[in-house]
Amino acid sequence: MNETLDKSNLNFRERVSEFVAGFGLPRLIIAAFLLLLFIAAPFVGADFWTQISNTINRFSWNAVMVLAMVPMIHSGCGLNFGLPLGIISGLLGATLSIELGFTGPMSFVMAIVIATPFAVILGAGYGWLLNKIKGGEMMIATYVGFSSVSFMCMMWLLLPYKSPTMVWGLAGKGLRTTISLEGFYDKVLAKILQIHIGNLSIPTGTLLFFALLAFGMWAFLHSKTGTAMTAVGSNPTFARAAGVNVDKMRLLSVILSTWLAAIGILVYEQGFGFVQLYMAPFYMALPAVSAILIGGATVNKATIPNVIIGTFLFQGIVTMTPTVMNSMIHMDMSEVIRVVVSQGMILYALTRKTEATK
Amino acid sequence: MSNENAPLLEMRNIKKDFFGNVVLSDINLTLQKGEVLGLCGENGAGKSTLMKILFGMDVIRETGGYEGDILINGEKVSFETPFDALKAGIGMVHQEFSLIPGFTATENILLNREPKKKNVISEIFGERLDTLDYNEMTGRAEAAIEKMGFSIDKDMVISNMPVGHKQFTEIARELSKEQLKLLILDEPTAVLTEREAEALLESIRSMSAKGIAVIFITHRLHEILSVCDKVVVMRDGFVVSDVPAAKTTVSEISKWMVGRSVSSGTSRDIRDMSDGRTAMSIRKLWVDMPGETVRNVDLDVKEGEILGIGGLAGQGKLGIPNGIMGLYEAGGTVEFEGKNIPLNSPRKCLDASIAFVSEDRRGVGLLLDESLEWNVAFPAMQVQNKYLKKYLGGLISWRDEKAIREVTEKYIDELAIKCTGSKQKAKELSGGNQQKVCLAKAFALEPKFLFVSEPTRGIDVGAKALVLEALKRFNRESGVTVVMISSELEELRQICDRIAIVSGGKIAGILPADRPSEDFGMLMVSMVK
Repeated sequence: MNETLDKSNLNFRERVSEFVAGFGLPRLIIAAFLLLLFIAAPFVGADFWTQISNTINRFSWNAVMVLAMVPMIHSGCGLNFGLPLGIISGLLGATLSIELGFTGPMSFVMAIVIATPFAVILGAGYGWLLNKIKGGEMMIATYVGFSSVSFMCMMWLLLPYKSPTMVWGLAGKGLRTTISLEGFYDKVLAKILQIHIGNLSIPTGTLLFFALLAFGMWAFLHSKTGTAMTAVGSNPTFARAAGVNVDKMRLLSVILSTWLAAIGILVYEQGFGFVQLYMAPFYMALPAVSAILIGGATVNKATIPNVIIGTFLFQGIVTMTPTVMNSMIHMDMSEVIRVVVSQGMILYALTRKTEATK
Repeated sequence: MSNENAPLLEMRNIKKDFFGNVVLSDINLTLQKGEVLGLCGENGAGKSTLMKILFGMDVIRETGGYEGDILINGEKVSFETPFDALKAGIGMVHQEFSLIPGFTATENILLNREPKKKNVISEIFGERLDTLDYNEMTGRAEAAIEKMGFSIDKDMVISNMPVGHKQFTEIARELSKEQLKLLILDEPTAVLTEREAEALLESIRSMSAKGIAVIFITHRLHEILSVCDKVVVMRDGFVVSDVPAAKTTVSEISKWMVGRSVSSGTSRDIRDMSDGRTAMSIRKLWVDMPGETVRNVDLDVKEGEILGIGGLAGQGKLGIPNGIMGLYEAGGTVEFEGKNIPLNSPRKCLDASIAFVSEDRRGVGLLLDESLEWNVAFPAMQVQNKYLKKYLGGLISWRDEKAIREVTEKYIDELAIKCTGSKQKAKELSGGNQQKVCLAKAFALEPKFLFVSEPTRGIDVGAKALVLEALKRFNRESGVTVVMISSELEELRQICDRIAIVSGGKIAGILPADRPSEDFGMLMVSMVK
């Protein structure tokens, strides 16, 4: 009798530890923490549905930038710390679209159209560089991102933008740090089929747009080229022996990642309502990197579910902590927690290069 | 109470399980002073685990220890760490080299046991700053090399040595320990060429004459018979037989090992294809492959034959396929079916329907982290657009998962690959089964011409026979020209029609496979550089 009890106990413990190993301990802790925040929210006077709406909103803004991580992870270039380069392409698209006088939804479409060639050219140069320094991609990527942001800080001032909505009022030249998108593409995706039920509002259009890109990525990874890209990441020598041009695949993945980052920032802006220039892209890479890691991806394996789960958990914590924690302990803890979670997650992922979780 | 009559080593009722999975049961062994014991068994039979127990490896203690007793000179011992085993006079040469590449042989042999001289600094700061006594070191290393009976250059840096010499350095290191009573050699000949292996056997004999007992683990059974006093065969964690070597034969041992009789490959059917069409002609080929440089190779391969390429390690036999397939820089001309094949481009070779099974299974041959399906189907998918579904008039080509699963399952059946299913990761398979996956990958390309490099390296007898059989069948049934590169002459003689011997980066000669092995031996050393 006792023995059977022991056995079932053991089985249960085994099952739990198996589940933990399969799901990933950090992901479990963060999910539990988020759940706790949701449960605690009503008790500290925050409206539950508003919180859910906020979380979904922030998810919709950020998901595409997290998706941009996927191609480079697959091709073995690691985590794209050079995300700011893609973001800059997006910003160029956004500002040029406004400069050229497009308004409303058309300005969003044109921003994408204009950003694309920038993303392809910058991505190609970035990819060429990464092919030169195989093995140290992530470190180089970080500096590519940082230095491109600093370079553009000068260019935003020097480029001959004229549109009065964007330039400094007194000087009449040089772009402002923050540009309102009122009248351009503010909420242009979010408003499509938007759902309002009481305090709950869901930006259906933005979610659909992300779903479209995510489906495209999923489909691409199932194509012949996508398969080759994954194989290049898994074992470059194997891929080369199978006749795949390794450098070309890596280059393609970097271009794809840069382009998705450009689209990602445009989606973010339409949700947020503002274009942020100068130092704003500087810290954009880290939240995206840690979101996909929280989602269960590793340095060399990532899936679309990793993107969705990770973005939701990360953005959930970022949105929930200010309201819940601050009213609980009357201190601004949200930024601290965000930094601990995001940097800690990156550190954790870099120390273990094992299997991705499901 | 050291008993003079007690055997040097006695293992009684050794049992070991890894978390309930029994790998050793009721193992009993005795070994006298100066005796040579041959231990054989298929991969996974429990040989390595048994040796790890004897050597006190951490992994045994971490997984819950073992049952039974180990007695040395009649006294019960229990080794907590390999250091205890070393102190008791047990030495072990591992399959993987544990040498420091940038040090010379002498330095490696005496590492951490160097004779030292006092100097001014060490008088003050303690013995860790003593100067090494190089003269004394040279003397001791020489003595150890002398004891081994095979001469290696004691001043050569390890990274410059051919694999065989590295192996001998390890042996010399063990021999340099004064108290050595028992030496365990775990597959020492796997990486050696035939001549080096012969030299190793000779040195085992001389060690035994000096009173050192040897446990010799190998897959090469004729070596066991020629050097061992007794043979212990293991299968599935049991000792299935323990007999004097003089009273058994290779075929008997292999029967015990696999529990079925293995055809010894004597049923040769050598074909003479000298007037057939030339499938591939190689002229003035050079390949810059580190350690396997090809200098100037002219070779004609006839259509439909199995051509073997043999030779000593480091003479360039591996460079030939690697160079032609574009994995290492190469020059010269290669014509396949009358058309010139550009070198340094793997894709061009694959497009011309030439496939390659690399000797570096884990590095080149497999996607270790991916499923068997991916491994088998990937090259055929990339090169020949197989297993793809087309959409939008060919604009989008998608993986056809169903076709991929079907072809993988077909080869799992055909080659008897042991796995849990076509979705299992390649890294979870054993060496022999991984090799079969590599073959399946090449077969899936349905090539006209196949290079196979060291297809049986590091795999057990049973798997070896299956792999060779599969190659032969592939050649006979699909009419594919096969060029097989191997260090084991016997294996080449089993399935090849002709054998080319490479020496000094050139073809030393080509002979029909039924010529006596001495003839090949002569060619092997003819141009060694």
